[in-house]
Amino acid sequence: MEHIETMNRIEELFSKKKQNILSVFFTAGFPSLNDTGTIALSLQQAGVDLIEIGIPFSDPIADGPVIQQSSKQAIDNGMTLKLLLEQVRELRKQVHIPIILMGYLNPVMQYGMEKFFNDATNAGVDGLILPDMPFDEYESVYRQSMEQAGLRNIFLISPTTSEARIRKIDEATNAFIYAVSSSSTTGAKEGFQAEQVQYFERLKNMNLKNPFLIGFGVSNANTFSTACVYGAGAIVGSAFINMLKQAQDIPSDIQIFVSLLKGKAS
Amino acid sequence: MNYHVDERGYFGNFGGAYIPEMLYPNIEELWENYLSIIQHDSFQQEFHQLLRDYVGRPTPLYFAARLSEQYRAKIYLKREDLCHTGAHKINNTIGQILLAKRLGKQKVIAETGAGQHGVATATVCALMGMECIVYMGQLDMERQRPNVERMRILGTKVVPATSGNMTLKDATNEAMRHWINHPTDTHYIIGSVVGPHPYPDMVARFQSVISEEMKKQLNEIEGNPYPDYVLACVGGGSNAAGAFYHFLNDEHVNLIGIEAAGHGLTSGESAATTVLGKPGVLHGSKTLLMQTEDGQVEEPYSISAGLDYPGIGPQHAHLFETGRVQFLSATDDEAMQAGIELSRTEGVIPAIETAHAIAVLSKIEFNPDDVVVVNLSGRGDKDLETYIRWGKY
Repeated sequence: MEHIETMNRIEELFSKKKQNILSVFFTAGFPSLNDTGTIALSLQQAGVDLIEIGIPFSDPIADGPVIQQSSKQAIDNGMTLKLLLEQVRELRKQVHIPIILMGYLNPVMQYGMEKFFNDATNAGVDGLILPDMPFDEYESVYRQSMEQAGLRNIFLISPTTSEARIRKIDEATNAFIYAVSSSSTTGAKEGFQAEQVQYFERLKNMNLKNPFLIGFGVSNANTFSTACVYGAGAIVGSAFINMLKQAQDIPSDIQIFVSLLKGKAS
Repeated sequence: MNYHVDERGYFGNFGGAYIPEMLYPNIEELWENYLSIIQHDSFQQEFHQLLRDYVGRPTPLYFAARLSEQYRAKIYLKREDLCHTGAHKINNTIGQILLAKRLGKQKVIAETGAGQHGVATATVCALMGMECIVYMGQLDMERQRPNVERMRILGTKVVPATSGNMTLKDATNEAMRHWINHPTDTHYIIGSVVGPHPYPDMVARFQSVISEEMKKQLNEIEGNPYPDYVLACVGGGSNAAGAFYHFLNDEHVNLIGIEAAGHGLTSGESAATTVLGKPGVLHGSKTLLMQTEDGQVEEPYSISAGLDYPGIGPQHAHLFETGRVQFLSATDDEAMQAGIELSRTEGVIPAIETAHAIAVLSKIEFNPDDVVVVNLSGRGDKDLETYIRWGKY
C-alpha cells in the first residue's frame, strides 16, 4: 500500500478519539440553498466530530423518504456539485472538523472523477462515500488518483456482507468503515433488534484494522449510545434532516438536537 | 467485435454493477448462479414448455402483403402481440420466475411503467403461486387504470411510487429500495435489459427466443435465415435485444432500433436517449442517460408509456457506440399515424410503442427484394384510450 505523508483530518480524529464519535449527515442546499455553511458551523459548535454532506441526486436508491425529499428540495433550490464545492471552500474558513462528501456516482462522473478528487481536496474535503461505486472499479481505476489527491474513501458494509468481503474492504481503507445497521434504506427504525446487536458484536470481534461507525437507524440518545458500545461511534442522518425541516433557528436547534442525542455518552 | 457481455459484466464501455453494498449479496447470488441455472436442461425444458403451452409460442412470422406493397419490400411481422398478456414481456417473466424458484425465493417484486411488465409478472406469480408486489408510479396508476386492476385481479399488490415524478424511473427506484429492505427471500424481476449485471444479459437471453424463432421461420419461408433488416422499438430495449440477439454477429443484417422522439428531438419533450443522452450511471449500470449537465437524471417524455425511460440498456449503448445498430426515432404524431396505418392495412392494432417501429418504414430506402422483419412487440388494446384521445381516424 502507498504511504501517505500528510495526516488527513479523518485520521487525525480517529487517532485522538476512539469512542463516542458522532458524525452527522445532512443534504447540501437543504432546507435553503445557502444553509450548508450555517449547518456545518453549528454542528462544529455543538461538538459534533465529523460532518457528512450529501450531494443531492435525482434517484437516490439507497435512501428512505426523508433523505429523498431533502435531495429533491435541494435540487429544486438550485444545488449543484460545483456550488457545493464553493460552499465547502467558504465554510472551511471557520469549520475545522473533518468533512466527507457522500453521494451517488453519476453527478461526480459528470463533473469528472479526477477533477472532482482534486477540486474537492482543494476545497477542504477529507473523504468521500460513493455508495454505488463498485469496489473493483475503485481498486483498479480510482484508488490511486483519490489517494494522490489526499482523499479517503469510505465503504459501506451491511449485515449481509460476507466476512471475506469485510476483510477485503478493511484492507482497502485507511479511514473508517461505515457499518449499515440493518438491511435497509436510510431512515429511522424502532430501535435496534437483537440480530443487529449480534452483527455489531460480530464486527467488534473481527478486530478490523479500521474503526467502524454505525449508521442507518441511529436517531436518538438510545440508539446512539448502543451503537457506541460496539463501534467507535455512529452516524445520524434522517433524524437530523427531520429536525432541520422544522427548525425555527438552525444554530440553536442544532445545539439542542446534538445535546439530546449525546445524552450520557459524550 | 464482441457484442455480448464480457466476464466483468460489461458490454464494451457500458454495463457493470453500480450498486450500494446493501444490494451486493443479492446481485452476487444472481451473478454467480444465473448461467448455470438457465443453461441447465431441466430449466430449458420447463422454460420452453411454458413458452409453448402457456405463452403460445412460437409466435407467427406473418408476411404483411399490403404493407409490403406500400413500402416496396418484403415485410414480415413477428407477432409478439399474440403472446399471452399481449406483449413480449412475458418471455422474460417466465424465465425469471423459474429462476426465482430455483434460487429458493418466496416473493417477487417488479416495477412497471405502462403496466405491461407488471401484468406479465403478476401473471407468472399467479401461475407459480408466488407472492407478488409491483411498484408503479402514482401518475402511471392513474393513467393505466385497467392494467392496475388486471394485476389486482391476478392477486398482486400494486404499490404506488410517490417519489420524484411518480413514473417508471421512480417505480424502479422504489423496487430497488424494497429489495434493499428484503434481501434474502425476494427476487426482483426487472422488466427490461437495464439494471446491474447480470440483468441486461439475463433478460436479453430470455427474450432471445424472438430472434431464434425468426431465423427458423425465415429459413422455412424464404430459404434463408437472415433478413436484410430487423426493426424494433427501444425504451429500455428488451424486445429489441431479443429481436437482435441471434443476428448481432451477422453484420450483413441491418439492425435498427427506434426510439421515441416525443414532440420532436429538439422540443425538450422526448425520450430519444441515443440522441440526447450522455454516459452515466442509473439503476445499477453505466449506460447512456438523459441528464442535466450536473448529472441529475431528466424525465423523458413520450406518448407511449413503455418508451418513457431516461436511459437504454447498456448493451444498446454499446451497439450504438460501435455502430452495429442504427438508431432512428419517431415522434408521437408519426407513431400514432403509423398505428392507424397498420390497423387499416393489416388489421392489426399495435401497441403505441410498436407503432414507433412501423413509423420509420417510410424513412428507409428498401430494395424490392429486401426481407424486413418488424418486431411487433405488443398489441394496442391497452392503448385504446390514447388512440381515442388522439382521435384522428
